[in-house]
Amino acid sequence: MSNVMVNVPKTAKPGEMIELKALIMHPMETGFRSGTNGRIIPRNIIQRFAATWNGQEIFAMAFSPAIAANPFVSFFAVARQSGTIEFHWTGDEGFDVKEQVAITVG
Amino acid sequence: MTRRLGLALLLVAFATSWVLAQTAADRRRSGYQDMGEALQKMQDDDGGNPGLLFVQLGRQLWDKPAGSGGKSCADCHAIAGMKGVAARYPAIPKGADKPIDLEGRINLCRTDHQRAEPLAPESQDLLSLEAWVAYQSRGVPIAPTDDARLVPFRARGETLYRLRQGQLNLSCAICHDDNAGNKLAGATIPQAHPTGYPVYRLEWQTLGSLKRRLRNCLVGIRAEAPGYAAPDYIALELFLMDRARGMPIEVPAVRP
Repeated sequence: MSNVMVNVPKTAKPGEMIELKALIMHPMETGFRSGTNGRIIPRNIIQRFAATWNGQEIFAMAFSPAIAANPFVSFFAVARQSGTIEFHWTGDEGFDVKEQVAITVG
Repeated sequence: MTRRLGLALLLVAFATSWVLAQTAADRRRSGYQDMGEALQKMQDDDGGNPGLLFVQLGRQLWDKPAGSGGKSCADCHAIAGMKGVAARYPAIPKGADKPIDLEGRINLCRTDHQRAEPLAPESQDLLSLEAWVAYQSRGVPIAPTDDARLVPFRARGETLYRLRQGQLNLSCAICHDDNAGNKLAGATIPQAHPTGYPVYRLEWQTLGSLKRRLRNCLVGIRAEAPGYAAPDYIALELFLMDRARGMPIEVPAVRP
C-alpha cells in the first residue's frame, strides 16, 4: 500500500513561483545494517524521484542510502500552464509509485 | 486606617500568590518548546510532518474490515467520536479491573469485536491506528479520568517515576524534574510530558509509542526494561498523563 502526501497549490497565477512538497513512506534501508540474526539487511532505497508538468520533466533527483526514511522533497517551479503535475518515485525491489495532482493556472 | 492598610496588604498578598501559582503552572514545557526551530516547523507543517503518513495509513486501516467478525473500526465507531479519547487514556475498560492504554484498547476491540489477532507492539498497523485515533484529539487538553479505581495504579506510577534504578542508579525524576532544561550531552533534557504519542522520532526514523520511549530511557540508565505487556508501563503512563494534565495533545509530534 503506497502512502504519499503531496502538497501543491490548487491554483497559481501565470509566471508565479510555487512550492511543491512531496513526502512518501519508505524505509530507505541502507544495506549496511545487520538484522537481529546477524545477516545484512538487503538495501531497499528509492533510487530516483522525478516530477513532470504536463509530461515535461521539471525536477529530478537521485537518492542515496544516506537519505533518511520517509523522505521529504520540496522544490520550486514557475507556473506556466494548467494541467497535471505527476510525481514519480522508483527504487529497489520494484518500487514504483506515481501520484498526480491537478493545477489551474490563470 | 490600619484596618484598610491591612486589607490592602492582604489583597496584595493574595494577588502575588495567585500570580506565583500561575507562573508555577506555566513552568511546564512540552518537548516541542525544547526543540529547535527547524523541528518545530517540521511538526507544524501539515505538508511535511512525516507522522501524518502514519495518520493517513491509520485512516485507511480504520475503514478496513479485519478478523473473522468481518467488521472494521468504522462499523462501530464514528471517527468524530474519538475526539478526546487519547486525552483521557489510560482507563479501565468495562468489566475489567486494570487500566489499559489506547493501544490496549485497540487490541481489545480487535480480539473482542473483530475476532482478529491482536496487533504486535510497535507494529506499523498498531501505531498507525493509534495515531489516527489520537490525531482526533490534536489540540485537546489532556484530561485524565477521575476514576477512583485508577488512584493506586497512578500512585504506583509515581513511585516508579521516583525510583532509582539501573547501573547508573537514576530515577526518571532526577533527569526530568531536577535537571530538565539542562543538557545531556548535546541534547536538552525535556520535562517528559507525553503530549505527542505516538511520536515521530527522527532517531527512530519512524513512529514510536510511549512504551518504546520509556524502554529507551530504561536502557539509557542501564536498567532492565520489562516486556511490552508489563503493567508498570501503564502505571507510569497514568502518572505522566496526570502530570501533564491540561497540556494540549500534539499528535503526531516530531521529536529529535
